[in-house]
Amino acid sequence: MTAAAARLENANPLIFQRAGERALTAVEEDETVADPIDDREIFDLIRSINDPEHPLSLEELNVVEQVRVNVDDQESTVSVEFTPTIPHCSMATLIGLSIKVKLLRSLPDRFKIDVHITPGTHASEDAVNKQLADKERVAAALENSQLLEVVNQCLSTKPV
Amino acid sequence: MAAESAQLAGLVEEFVAGQVDSKAADVAAGVKAGNFNILELVEALGISLTSSQSQTRGRGVQLLSEVLQECYSGLSEREVEVLIAFYENRLKDHYAITPHVLRGLKALAKSTVLPPGSAVSILRSLFQDVNVQSLMLAERSCVYNMLISLMGSREDELKGLGPDFVFGFVQAVDGERDPRNLLLAFQIARNIIHRGYDLSQFTEEFFEVTSCYFPIDFTPPPNDAHGITQEELILALRGVLTGTPRFAEFLLPLIIEKLDSDVQNAKVDSLQTLAACSPAYGHKELAEFLPGLWSSIRREVFQTASERVESAGLAALAALTSCLSRSVLTSDSEDALQTFLDQVLKDCQHHLYEPDLKLVWPSAKLLQAACGASYRSSLIVTAAVLPTLLDQYSSRTQVVCQRRTLLEVLHGFIQPTPSSRPAEGEESVLLPFQVSLCSAVFSALAESSAGLQITATKVLATMGQQPGLLAESEVEKVVDHMTRLVLEEEDAQVSLAVVECAGSLSRLHPAAFTSRMVPRLKEEIFSAVRQRCVAALAAVSTQPVLVRESAPVLLQVLSSVHSGSSSFSVEEVTSVCHSLQRIAEQAGGVEEIGRFFHDAVIPQLLALTLQAALQSNSDHSSALTQEAVLSAVVPVISTACAALQTDLAAKMAAQVVSLFLDGDVSFLPDNAYPSQIQLLKSQSESWTQSQLVCLLMGCVCSLPRSVDVPDVDRLLGQLEELSCSCSHAFSYTSAAKCFAGLINKRAAGQALDAVVEKTLERIRTTLDCESSAHRIQAFTLLVWVAKALLLRYHPLSAVSTDKIFSLLSDPQLGSQAADSFSLLMSDSPDVLNRSCHADVRIMYRQRFFAENSAKLVQGFNCAEQESKSVYLKALSHIVNNLPRQVQLSELPALLPLLLEALSCPDQAVQLSTLSCLQPVLLDPPPALTTQLEALFSRLLALTSSPAMKVKMAALRCVHALSRLPEHMVLPFRARVLRALAPPLDDKKRLVRKEAVSARGEWFLLGSPGGR
Repeated sequence: MTAAAARLENANPLIFQRAGERALTAVEEDETVADPIDDREIFDLIRSINDPEHPLSLEELNVVEQVRVNVDDQESTVSVEFTPTIPHCSMATLIGLSIKVKLLRSLPDRFKIDVHITPGTHASEDAVNKQLADKERVAAALENSQLLEVVNQCLSTKPV
Repeated sequence: MAAESAQLAGLVEEFVAGQVDSKAADVAAGVKAGNFNILELVEALGISLTSSQSQTRGRGVQLLSEVLQECYSGLSEREVEVLIAFYENRLKDHYAITPHVLRGLKALAKSTVLPPGSAVSILRSLFQDVNVQSLMLAERSCVYNMLISLMGSREDELKGLGPDFVFGFVQAVDGERDPRNLLLAFQIARNIIHRGYDLSQFTEEFFEVTSCYFPIDFTPPPNDAHGITQEELILALRGVLTGTPRFAEFLLPLIIEKLDSDVQNAKVDSLQTLAACSPAYGHKELAEFLPGLWSSIRREVFQTASERVESAGLAALAALTSCLSRSVLTSDSEDALQTFLDQVLKDCQHHLYEPDLKLVWPSAKLLQAACGASYRSSLIVTAAVLPTLLDQYSSRTQVVCQRRTLLEVLHGFIQPTPSSRPAEGEESVLLPFQVSLCSAVFSALAESSAGLQITATKVLATMGQQPGLLAESEVEKVVDHMTRLVLEEEDAQVSLAVVECAGSLSRLHPAAFTSRMVPRLKEEIFSAVRQRCVAALAAVSTQPVLVRESAPVLLQVLSSVHSGSSSFSVEEVTSVCHSLQRIAEQAGGVEEIGRFFHDAVIPQLLALTLQAALQSNSDHSSALTQEAVLSAVVPVISTACAALQTDLAAKMAAQVVSLFLDGDVSFLPDNAYPSQIQLLKSQSESWTQSQLVCLLMGCVCSLPRSVDVPDVDRLLGQLEELSCSCSHAFSYTSAAKCFAGLINKRAAGQALDAVVEKTLERIRTTLDCESSAHRIQAFTLLVWVAKALLLRYHPLSAVSTDKIFSLLSDPQLGSQAADSFSLLMSDSPDVLNRSCHADVRIMYRQRFFAENSAKLVQGFNCAEQESKSVYLKALSHIVNNLPRQVQLSELPALLPLLLEALSCPDQAVQLSTLSCLQPVLLDPPPALTTQLEALFSRLLALTSSPAMKVKMAALRCVHALSRLPEHMVLPFRARVLRALAPPLDDKKRLVRKEAVSARGEWFLLGSPGGR
């Protein structure tokens, strides 16, 4: 492998097919009907987040999947599990933080947002989960301009 | 004479001692007029030129130089020689004088009578006595311009200077920083390379002094008056660096080095430069650097996130490969191309066989780029890749998505490129794989996976376009597969892909489709899969022989609908009409198809609809009398008529007009018609007949303008009557459109004016009578007539549009009058557009806007509060349809009104204004930036509108505003983020979606790593 490729922890990851755009239904265009927030809507929010290392989305790397998203609109809770590509992935916290920030920016503040690693898929699962669950540590992380820069890059839509 | 010399002395005195700059122009004018010559001027200057004060000498030289700039063309050879000697000598003078000296020399260098040897001597003195980079910007530019003009006129002499010239140039430009001067310097450098100046021992210095700017990083200053772009500089420099193979040993390492840069533009520039030098290079120049170049290109393509870098990398690889393909083989050396491609294959090929890993795509693209570079390279690459790829494809039977990826990759390899196309006498490189490719495709078509089937159809279409790749027997198998899929496949995407593929194959192999597909589809046309049959029939009707088979099948469907023997829904019937229309569109002016439509299709359509109209009564009415169906028949007729040759078109017009005016049915098939048919006579109960006027419109309004419509006055009279007095909306609207279509094309002159005036008078009378029952009919006719006249710039158009303006304040018709501006300003699909040969002047919208916007603004200001919205609606319809350039230039004047419109309670006005603002906001004019406060408060208020469409449009505008320069919108960030929180909890998902994307962008604004 080339020198540059050696910089990446996982230079040739498995890639997965993207789900298509959500089909538009007549109900969604009907003013009188309320559409509850559902799993697919949450998944659509996070699937296009960029991976910090690869020019690929979290969906293409299978880091997030729709089955690992759970939302209860009535109770105002969201839970997202994500799966790092390799068990020692050093980016796990960063990916979790990106997901969390994306949801914080995109959901009404009545929601309680829980982001954690899919059980058994990462070496330091507990530590990462704890960091992500701690409101103060998340807030502090976002005060750090370098961290915020990386998170923002993950959340930027790709320039066309 | 004495008076003139005294005058000259006076002028010189005033310029030199009196510091009056304008006197130089007077002296120049005097020299040009012949009042005095240069010699007299020099004599008059005498003392100033030899003064011991450097300032006085400077003024003296300045005057002489300024005069010379004006008058160099009138000098004799002798004068030029003396002046050059003087100026060369002055180069040694005080530095403050040098600028004036250079200007004088530049003027002299342009002289056509420059004595032999003086070009060389000017340059020698210049290079010797002047340190160019210590001069000011304008003087440096003066030096470069002098070089350019001497290179143009004295090339041989300059070449006589040998390497000294190149060395002088290198010294002169070393350290230049100004982009304007760099463009000149690069131009000189390109001339040096391309015109064969002797670089010899200074090649490396010459390369150094230019390549130090590579890769160019230049951002024009704000308010840049010179208009120099980074792109311009890049191309100019690239022209120098890639101009000669002698730079290869220096340039290629530099490119490899710059590819390591972290700056994306540097990578792209390096790759493009590499691609640009390949045409000039041969294997000799490249050999040493190939491994390095390849590993850099591979690295970039493997790991880049940017499509620009990727495509530049692929283009560079293709250029290198085609360069190597050109190199001549000698018997003792190895084949450079083979060696290089072996390396590429070794590094990439194995990734192809891991179809679910990331690197499969970059590897495939690299190999495909190399493959497409030349015929030889495609031979080598396909021979290496295809067998294994096909083998992998057939062995990985379990995992469908892997097979799809393999097939997609395969598709990339069989795409022909212009450079890899086989020459005369060579055969396609894919021929050896013909059988295995076909079997792979057939197996994929038989698969149940939609993705695999779609990819297979793409492969087939690509194979079908390359001669010799599909044998006749295989084409038949292909057609059978397609037919089966059309009939059996439920997945909409697969059906679409199959139909598309069938369409593209039918162009080359019509016989197989005629004999195998069309008959099968015909059998199934009344079955449950009839929709797909209809679509497929239309798609494959690309050749006359196929149209002759397929169009009658579709007509047979319509006829069975009419007779009531089949149960097609209205939607299905319209889709049959759309298919007929598609066939007419695909014909693209092929005369044989046009004639078939003229002889068979159109008469049959008219006959069917006419029978339906005549036979319908209260208990039974055929689907062919439905407005939706007739509206779908119109474009069939108009598309076909618009493409008719002149003689056929004239015949068609005569037949149709006599049918509608006189009930002449002789050209229609079947003759079971009553004798007294009067289609244009309005009887309220016979709307089934009167609405057929839309078919008349489809025919006569789309004919070429050269065709005269017979009996046009009588026709116009009856159309006017029908449109003014009929009570059936579809009938009177179609009659009005038909009337408008005819007067739009009618030759200008008295006859036309008389008809128009008469009609407008009738409209006016009806409209003025408020109790009239036919006001809406008159209004409809008015709008269509106004449109017809407006499009052709007819003088009477102002009369008709003014009438519409006056109706804005009409209590009954005001709102419709406002909406009619949308009709006036947009293209109508069925009549008065360019595809039906209407007389449409370019820029009619701008013209209309320019002439009338003031009226609207004035009307708005005068109107009562409750009727203001009508004016805003009219305005937003007009502005919405203007070209963007005009919108931008008019926006400053209109902005207050548009902002007003945003706070107008009418949701239609809000929506129309928002949709007109949104594109403008993507690249906002300066006028907008002073109104941001007002704009934000109105837009943010609309995000909580009760109507979801308004909310979404407002959110889209707010989103667009996030792309404005940061310093302008950053102050609004907190406010926007707060205001966008409630829509995140909207009950409609589509609103939430817009809110999420807008809010996301606003969060990134002004945040590190954002924007």
